[in-house]
Order: sequence, then structure tokens, then C-alpha cells
Amino acid sequence: MITKILIATISMASISGLLAIMLVIAERYLANYGDCKITINDDEELTVKGGSTLLSTLNSQKIFLPSACGGRGTCAYCKCKVVDGIGPILPTEEPLLNKDEIADNVRLACQIKVKQDMLIQIPEELFNIKEFITKVKLIQDLTHDIKLLRLDLKEPNEIKFKSGQYVQLITSPYNGVKESVSRAYSVASANFNNDHVDLMVRLVPEGICTTWVHNYLKEGDDVKIVGPMGDFYLRDGDGEILMVAGGSGMAPMVSLLEKIAKENITRKVTYFFGAVTKKDLFFVDEMRELEAKIDNFSFVPALSGPEPEDNWDGEVGLITEPLNRYLEKTDNSSSQAYLCGSPGMINACIKVFQKHGITSDRIFNDPFA
Amino acid sequence: MENLSPWVIFFASIFTGNILLVYFLGMCSFLSVSKQVKTSLGLGLAVVFVLTITSALNYIVYYYVLEPLQVEYLRYIAFIIVIASVVQLLEMIIERISEVLYINLGIFLPLITVNCAILGVSLFMVIRKYTFIQSVLFGAGSGIGWMLAILAMAGIRQRLNEQKIPPALRGPGIALIISGIMAMAFIGFSGIVQIQ
Repeated sequence: MITKILIATISMASISGLLAIMLVIAERYLANYGDCKITINDDEELTVKGGSTLLSTLNSQKIFLPSACGGRGTCAYCKCKVVDGIGPILPTEEPLLNKDEIADNVRLACQIKVKQDMLIQIPEELFNIKEFITKVKLIQDLTHDIKLLRLDLKEPNEIKFKSGQYVQLITSPYNGVKESVSRAYSVASANFNNDHVDLMVRLVPEGICTTWVHNYLKEGDDVKIVGPMGDFYLRDGDGEILMVAGGSGMAPMVSLLEKIAKENITRKVTYFFGAVTKKDLFFVDEMRELEAKIDNFSFVPALSGPEPEDNWDGEVGLITEPLNRYLEKTDNSSSQAYLCGSPGMINACIKVFQKHGITSDRIFNDPFA
Repeated sequence: MENLSPWVIFFASIFTGNILLVYFLGMCSFLSVSKQVKTSLGLGLAVVFVLTITSALNYIVYYYVLEPLQVEYLRYIAFIIVIASVVQLLEMIIERISEVLYINLGIFLPLITVNCAILGVSLFMVIRKYTFIQSVLFGAGSGIGWMLAILAMAGIRQRLNEQKIPPALRGPGIALIISGIMAMAFIGFSGIVQIQ
């Protein structure tokens, strides 16, 4: 009986073993594409090992194309232009590219593989996306559930970004959470202060990253961030700039306002900030200072449920109400709207904007996902 | 089956005993990859390659390993392992020579592993007690038969694109009806030679 089992096991094992050896040898010769050269924007040259996808190859070279789906070919954020060194469009890319993009050699970096020397073009701002090692300089309470996190850049020690963009904060494993995750946070510091970034992190119950920031991260710790990313930034124009934010949606607005102050932009700026009670309100003093610095700026905080002891005499109601009242009185024909907050708040505000004639090409938003 | 000429088996497995239209093995990729002649040809060639190699390898595995050790009952596992590795090898080759064919075959390339025509041929080879040469030609013939069937199907479906088809029958419905008619047509060959 035992011999029978042994014979069966050994015979199957040796058959599988032999086949495995055959495959390993085949892999060594067939799936080995050797060294390939990738030229980016006719400028930078990288020598990489061929065989994997363009996205992961670039990642390993510390060039980060944005990707939300992790290379499964669903989010289409990793689009880039491949001028030379790639075969025809793959069926997995087709549904995510439109005609103009196909004619323009735009490809999905997560689907195509590096097999020969390639010539690619990626937007300069993506080229700036890097991984930064930072040190926690400061963790400060802004409200009972929002903390300000200041990260000093160590390696590299300078970041170039547009005000309004975000970075990805990479957590370290802590207390029972074994994997490290990355979460996006808008940069709250001004883009001309490029030796550090400020992030505003609101505690989300059960949130892996926010719990880590609030309860485990200490000043002096090393933290990795990747960025900058995102297309939420100030657009050219001459109409009024309308900003709407709630909670930690304050962050990109601070950065935008610092930029407006620094560059003496003379457009009219109105910033609506929504909170529930006075204890959810923060950065009011900083906003009043900015009002003094920027000629044509007013900050309009609104509380949806002020407590009696708040002694609140400002705007009351959900943020859509003061916004609606304001838009009724103004000329909105060339205004631009910038929103950051929960998807619910953003969608409600977009409806208000559209009602008052601000079309979606003039509405820019950055929803918390 | 010692007395049957290998070439008789070869041609018989293409026409009278077509693995797809007579035994109905390998239907799922037959129905789903038969929309274009080009990809069908690619998959057909891949199936011919896998079938020929696996029938030879499985013959060796069965008669030189499993039978002497009296573990024939393990043939299902052993055959599948051999088929899976050959498909892996084929995948590497196709990826190397044609990325578009690789992506167009997509999931159906690894799924050749579980294409029942492949395992079916290996099992028939044992049941019918074929010799080595007979087995290899049986494998190659079955592969070519499968390829002919899927090519014919793809040709018909390409022409169907321009025809009016009742909405309820579009897609798999009409494909199944067509394969039924094709199978009946192949019955016409069956009187010529019998190979089981």
C-alpha cells in the first residue's frame, strides 16, 4: 500500500519536475528580452531590463505615472505617448482610448510591454512625479479630528508642484496592519515653499492611513510620499474664482490662495467653507490674514448646525445655501469654480453652479474618493 | 488498432471523426473565438501545435511511465500537467513572435489547457490503443480538423455580419445552429472510413 502511494507520488512529482525544468530553460531563452533603452521626451535615457510592462518598468526607475487601478487596465490614468518601439494597439487598450489618442500614438503604459528600445513622451508634470523620503516635522491638531502633518523633504530635498495638486502618502505597517497602503492628500503648503509639504488628514473611523497618521505617526519619523499628481490647479481666466470646500478639503485651497497672494492675481476670489459647528472650523485666522494680503478675496465660512454656545453670527446652513444666495447676485458668465470635499458635497454644489450658468468646463473638482 | 495505417487515422480524424463536429469537444473556444478568420487561424494553429506535441508526450508518459508503474489511473492528472506545460511554452513563443496574436487570443491561449479536445485526444489515444506514430498523426489530424471547423465557422460568421438575423438569434444562438448544420454536413463523410 505504502509503496503504491510512494510510486504514484514520485512518478507524478518527477513528471512535473521535468516539465518545470523544461519551462525554466525555455523562459531563460524565450522570455528574456535583454537590456532595452527607453528614451523619454527625447531627453532622458534609461537602460532597463525588458519583459515587463512599461508602467512597472518606469516605476522601478522611480518615474511614476499615475495609476489608480494598479495596472489592471481599467482606470486609464497611465496613458502616455509611445513614438517608437511598440506594436499595434492591443485589444485591452482599445476601449480606453479615443480616436484622437489612437492617432496620436497614446498607449496605456500598464498594458504594453518593453521588448525593444522605445521612444516615449510623458507630460513634464508627470515626469516630476517622484518618490520622496521625508521626515515628520510637525503633527498639529487643527480640529478634534483633523491634523496638520508637515513633512520635511530629505531625499530628494525639493518638490516642484502646482498649487492644488496632491501627493500619495505611503503608510508603514503598524499594529496588526501588515500591508502598506497609499492614500492621496492634497498639499496645503504653497508651491514656492518647496522644501516641505503640509497635508491635512481627517480621521476616518477604521481608516488604515488616517488612523496611522493620527495615532501612530510621531514627529521625527521617516515617511515616504509619491507625487505630485492631479489636474486640480488654478486655470487661466479673468472671471471670478469661486472656491468651495469642506473639512480637510481646505488643504488645496490654502495652497491656491498662497499662490494667488504671491503672484498678485487680481481676479475676484470668494471662498465658501462648510463645517457643522464651530469646533469643525479651522484656519480662520490664516484666512483673515490672506484676506488682508489679497485685494479682492473674501472668506465665507458657513455652519450647518451651530451650537448655541458657538455664538455664531455668520452664514448658517449647508454650504449650497450661502453659495446659491451669492450666485444669484453676481455675474457668473466667466467665473471658474474650484471644489474640494466629499463627493456628496461636490455633486450638490455642481448642481448649484450649473443652475447659475457655470458650465462644467469651468468647474474643477477634487473629490475625496 | 495495430493494423490501421497511420495516414488513414490522420485523414479520418480530420473528416469522418472530426473532434469538434463529430465528438463536440472544444466547443467553448470554437464558439467564442470564431468571429474573425485571422484570430481563428491563430488559435487553430496553436491547437494543432499543442495537440501534436501533447499526443506524443502523453504517449511517452503513459506507456513508459504510468503503465510500467501500474499507475494508469493517474493519467488524467499526468496528461493535464503535460498539456499545461506545453501551453505555457507555446504562450512564451507566441508572445515573443506576435504580441497582437498574443493579446487577440487573450485568455483563450492559456485556456487551451482546458480545451477538452486536447485532453480528449490523449484519452482516445489510450482507449483506442494507438501506436506512437498513430497517436501523433491522430493528434495532428484532430488539430487540423479542429482548425478547419473553426475556420469554416469564422468564415460563415464574418459573412453573417452583413446579413439580417432575428435579434433573438444573434451571437451564440446562430453560432450553435450553424455548428449543428456543419456537424450534419460532416456526417456525409462518416461512411468513408471508421476509426474506432
